[in-house]
Amino acid sequence: MLTPTAVLAGIGLVSGLGLAVAAKVFAVEIDPRQEEINDQLPGANCGGCGYAGCADFSAALVEGKADPGDCPVCDDATLRLLGEIMGVEVGESVRHVALIMCQGGLSVAHREGRYNGHASCASADLIAGGGKLCSYGCLGLADCQAVCAFGAIEMIEDCIARVIPSRCTACGKCVAACPKHLIRLVPANTQIHVLCSNTEKGAAARKACNVSCLGCKKCEKTFEDDPRIIIHDHLAKVDYLKPPTDQAVVEVCPTGALTVRLLDREDRARQPS
Amino acid sequence: MKFKGGIHPDYHKLTADHATVVMPLLKRYVIPVSQHIGTPGEIIVERGQEVGRGQPLTSPAGFVSVSVHAPTSGKVKKIADFPHPLGKAQPAVEITSDGEDAWFEDIAGHGDWRDLTPARLKNIIRDAGLVGLGGASFPTHVKLSPPKEKPVDLLILNGAECEPYLTSDHRVMLEHPAEVMEGIGLLMRALGVRKALVGIENNKVDAGEALKRARPVDLDIKVHLLETKYPQGSEKHLIYALTKRQVPAGGLPMDSGVVVQNVGTALSCHDAVKLGRPLTERVVTVTGSAVREPANVMVRVGTPVAEVIDFCGGLTGDVGKVIFGGPMMGIVQSNLAAPVLKGTSGILCLVESEISQFQGAPCIRCGNCVDACPMFLVPSIMGLLVERNRFADLGEYHITDCIECGSCAYVCLSRRPLVQFFKRGKLEWHEHVKQLEGSVS
Repeated sequence: MLTPTAVLAGIGLVSGLGLAVAAKVFAVEIDPRQEEINDQLPGANCGGCGYAGCADFSAALVEGKADPGDCPVCDDATLRLLGEIMGVEVGESVRHVALIMCQGGLSVAHREGRYNGHASCASADLIAGGGKLCSYGCLGLADCQAVCAFGAIEMIEDCIARVIPSRCTACGKCVAACPKHLIRLVPANTQIHVLCSNTEKGAAARKACNVSCLGCKKCEKTFEDDPRIIIHDHLAKVDYLKPPTDQAVVEVCPTGALTVRLLDREDRARQPS
Repeated sequence: MKFKGGIHPDYHKLTADHATVVMPLLKRYVIPVSQHIGTPGEIIVERGQEVGRGQPLTSPAGFVSVSVHAPTSGKVKKIADFPHPLGKAQPAVEITSDGEDAWFEDIAGHGDWRDLTPARLKNIIRDAGLVGLGGASFPTHVKLSPPKEKPVDLLILNGAECEPYLTSDHRVMLEHPAEVMEGIGLLMRALGVRKALVGIENNKVDAGEALKRARPVDLDIKVHLLETKYPQGSEKHLIYALTKRQVPAGGLPMDSGVVVQNVGTALSCHDAVKLGRPLTERVVTVTGSAVREPANVMVRVGTPVAEVIDFCGGLTGDVGKVIFGGPMMGIVQSNLAAPVLKGTSGILCLVESEISQFQGAPCIRCGNCVDACPMFLVPSIMGLLVERNRFADLGEYHITDCIECGSCAYVCLSRRPLVQFFKRGKLEWHEHVKQLEGSVS
């Protein structure tokens, strides 16, 4: 009875000592700040910063390869905290959110064919652009929703994707996933947006979709000397460096492509129960 | 004379006994600049310019490139983006006919091919804008110019026409056997080979007999009947069935000493050399239960599909799908303003009830696709990998060897869109390889 106990205790003691020595001798030096930073980061490993994950980003931060501001997900308070840990000044940042520049759902956009193949936008796009008459519009097969690590994209009933601004962290994953290049990161405090990406001439754009931008220039003309919406390639684009503030401007739009979206106040679209 | 794998679909060769009819001249043609694999040519005509039939509208840009030619005499009305059978609008030349249909003044026959050098023959073939008429539209002169390190000793003529419904090659062989044989002869001379084989599926015995009767005495051309099985007309399977030679993975037929040309291409080569006429028309099978009078029609390249269908009596009310090519590998059309191209072998119109309305279901791992795949791949697993976005693993399953014949999708009990998976998968796999190479260098 005594012998086995002693032997086992001995083995335990020797192994324990060995581990303790190994831990000291082969210790990997980690900057203590790295763990601190890691605790503050969102932990979603979304890759929006360009690094493999949050741990990789924190390592890059302490090595001085990255700036706290490179994380698109952190809010201002977290960024200030990161700045304190690193001992650097963190400037003001403007929160951005993703916005899908199309509102041509099934009820308003016309189709030129049925599609019942692989349920992926990138695959559908390979077959003559996916079956919508507008070759610029949202295909509604949810490639963006699939890559979003934050659950910030929903597919609404009309078979079109919509960003939930309150959840969006502007990591940019969906921007890269959309085969139609419809998604843009825009400042969350802007209110007026052109939700269309069709660069065809007015007649063709109108034929394709009821809510397309026709390039009629009505909105551009309302800002005489101080252009805030610019028409390029038959498509209006909001100048997000100098966004329009007067919501009345959307009334000049004949199709409703120019719309008001209060991104910093929106939450999930109400789904019919 | 067979290969392993493949399928036996219903053949529906509705138009096999219909003699080719010539479509009357139209007022308007739209000729896309890009009609072949390789770089599209550069437009050399201007708006408002008078052109003759057969006048080049583009000049080749590089080696793997050929011209397109005016299908009739008239005026260049517009140079702009027009609907293209591949889906997205592409640059094209619109020509309004003057009704004369006069040949361009430079067009003249080159005499007997036996008096011309191989290099001269290749130049004539290139200038005539010839591409493979079987469907893939690879420029013919490129295939005729194998590099020195790959000696070619055999020419194979593809008259298999294994796609259901299509009969354009069948009619070409039946109606112009002597011209096809002369065309084969000049292709042999251009390529420098002494032997040629013609492979025809054994559901076209009459075409085989016609060719055998028309064989010139001075040429070693053998006509073989092959088992009727899809995809017999795939280059690699045709070569294997006729010679038991295997084309290495990722290789071309010339890697096993063979060049394959379509029988229709041989006829057009003959016209290009004997008559000096560039490729401005071809036989198109207009078929399917949604078209009122199925027919084989001689159509000018650049004719809008809607016009061809109207010529064949128009569509029935319940049309569900219009396809360029055959039902297995053809391209579905959404816009009937798209024009017939050099590579358009058929226009297939199916009624609503013939089309699958089924959304693909999950794979049940029955293994039917593995038995059917003539390239010995594992379509079931490759499809699952694409569905799960695991594109980096596709190389292990040799996705680049897939010939997109659709045999797997034909036998799939879950009706999974397997070919679509693989088309997407190939693109993503190539993207992945490019990234890997980028990170290494």
